[in-house]
Amino acid sequence: MSLARSAVAVGVKEMRQIGRDRRTLLILLFVPAFFLLVYGYALNFDIRNVRLAVLDQDRSSASRELVAAFVNSGYFQLVGNLTASGEVNDVIDHDEARAVLVVPAGFGDDAATGRPTRVQLIINGDNANTATTVMAYGQSLVAAQSARYEMQARLRRVSGQPTGVGEVATSGAGRARPPSLTVEPRVWYNPELRSTLFLVPGLIAYIAMLTSVVSTALSIVREKEAGTMEQIRMSPVGPVAYVVGKTLPYFAIGLVSALGIVWLSMLLFDLPMRGSWTLLVASIALFLVGALGIGLLISTVAETQQVAFQIALLSSYLPTLMLSGFIFPIASMPVALQQVTYLVPARYFLVALRAIVLKGVGLTAFWPQLVALAVFAAALLGLASLRLRRQWA
Amino acid sequence: MNAIEVRQLTRRFGDFTAVDDLSFSVGRGEIFGFLGSNGAGKSTTIRMLCGLLRPSSGTAVVGGVDVGADPEGVKRRIGYMSQRFSLYEALTVDQNITFFGGVYGLGRERLEARRAFVLEMAGLRGREKTLTRTLSAGWRQRLALGCAILHEPPIVFLDEPTGGVDPLSRRRFWLLIDQLADEGITILVTTHYLDEAEHCHRIAVIDAGRLAAMGTVAELKQLLAGRPIVEVRAGEPVAAMRALEAMPEVEKTSMFGTTVHAVLRAAGAAPGHLVGRLQEAGVAVSSCEVVEPSLEDVFLDLVERSAS
Repeated sequence: MSLARSAVAVGVKEMRQIGRDRRTLLILLFVPAFFLLVYGYALNFDIRNVRLAVLDQDRSSASRELVAAFVNSGYFQLVGNLTASGEVNDVIDHDEARAVLVVPAGFGDDAATGRPTRVQLIINGDNANTATTVMAYGQSLVAAQSARYEMQARLRRVSGQPTGVGEVATSGAGRARPPSLTVEPRVWYNPELRSTLFLVPGLIAYIAMLTSVVSTALSIVREKEAGTMEQIRMSPVGPVAYVVGKTLPYFAIGLVSALGIVWLSMLLFDLPMRGSWTLLVASIALFLVGALGIGLLISTVAETQQVAFQIALLSSYLPTLMLSGFIFPIASMPVALQQVTYLVPARYFLVALRAIVLKGVGLTAFWPQLVALAVFAAALLGLASLRLRRQWA
Repeated sequence: MNAIEVRQLTRRFGDFTAVDDLSFSVGRGEIFGFLGSNGAGKSTTIRMLCGLLRPSSGTAVVGGVDVGADPEGVKRRIGYMSQRFSLYEALTVDQNITFFGGVYGLGRERLEARRAFVLEMAGLRGREKTLTRTLSAGWRQRLALGCAILHEPPIVFLDEPTGGVDPLSRRRFWLLIDQLADEGITILVTTHYLDEAEHCHRIAVIDAGRLAAMGTVAELKQLLAGRPIVEVRAGEPVAAMRALEAMPEVEKTSMFGTTVHAVLRAAGAAPGHLVGRLQEAGVAVSSCEVVEPSLEDVFLDLVERSAS
């Protein structure tokens, strides 16, 4: 009896079962999309509309200009003008404002004359992530404004134009300023630093992992529970034909589902698809084979669907979420934990996926990742089939 | 050549010997029963004969193939049906037949011929599109049998095939088994229903992994020859049992529904004798007579003897 023929028999049977089991089919096809929507919109590290109060002790055109720069940036939303420094504590304590911009008296004069001056930005640090981001926004806004003042002051000096209020302050005009060293950051591939763009490849990995591991493990363990596995073992169908027939449908569904997420992300989150679709499909396929291997391995260990589900969650959900670089950058993990991430296939998949989707680079840039995925797939499938073969007869 | 030839078959799991030095043979077209309590080693034996489990020692030749040497070769020559009627419940009757046809590599034409046969045999004509899960136990049992013999195996293993099935379906099932045997198919069936064992041409009683007795039903009943069995009906069966056990000529007693069976140590003791003594003991006896031993009497005798 040919291997292909029994594999086809098993595969057709599996497809019919999946088709009949609406719930599973729904989980396989629509839960990924649901995940994408929820995580895509909720897992957003960008911070907008930070509530800002202003204590303007200067009340000059320059101070108003600075406040306008904050508001117009889109990151801040003006919620109130304070009149006394005693009010600062109040608005922060009652969470009426996340940040308070204090402009000291004399700011306008100093700005106009190019004299070093300071503004104060008070930030509520109860959420460290938000605080860090707000601080960075504030610093870059002030830096931009400061550069403008400096430029204006310099222009005035060069042209020798009389400058109203600033005139008194230009006493040190003759002194040559040292050229200031500035960084001009330019972010490639995701110039607006939208975290969605960064997260979507992770989501694809996460969803593909979860659905294919869980569905493979459950479908095989279900056959163990129902006794149909034993019935097949009594037949001439060998373990290889069984596994091929059993996993191929889930592989196909996983591929369709993963490509569906890519497509949906392009539609909803303006995910650019800069690289080659062939490479994308090949990488996803390689990753899915590894995931099926994990599912298969679980099915050789677990005797009940409940146990299989729990192991599947622990072995695919948590590592992919925590240790793949999906949410937490690997570089900022403790060294020991960094070593562990090498055992998480999603880690490699993520790099490859970001390279293809965001950078649009070719194979030369990320082939080691694909090699790692291939090694994982081979090792997992090998181990699983070894165990299965031993259990089979 | 015998369909099944088992020589000193033994299977150990660690320190535990599940099957211990089993030898027997089954002829072509014979219905061979495996009788034993749960855990006696029946299923382990079947699994070895089907090539699923390697024997620790001994040999088993099934359909001319040595199980230990070529387990895959055995699988092609046998049909197997378990007590769980292992069908795909989410598939229709037709889809199950198609699947097992594919598994055994049946060509299109042969599959259609066999499909017609199975539907006819199981009485499932007109229900081809019914989901298997919605079928009654009797139908599922017959469909499972049909799927097990789809590829026309010369030898069929039935592992407690009638569990959870109503008496009418059970009777119908055994008629099918008789037909198969008449066609020359060898059947090895395990059961712990003693009334079912009476359908078997020969029976092997397995106890604690060992062969306790083997033979036709009549031969097995001979094991109780010279020790008559007295069936006592009494108002209080428990009191009757106690009184009987106190009598020196009674070897042992056991409860059979509302009656008590007493095995006597030797022939000759008249039942009338016992009635008088029972009444002396204050037990109201409504009847007391010597009866033919049933298979259950034999089985209990064998199992209890090996336990003591």
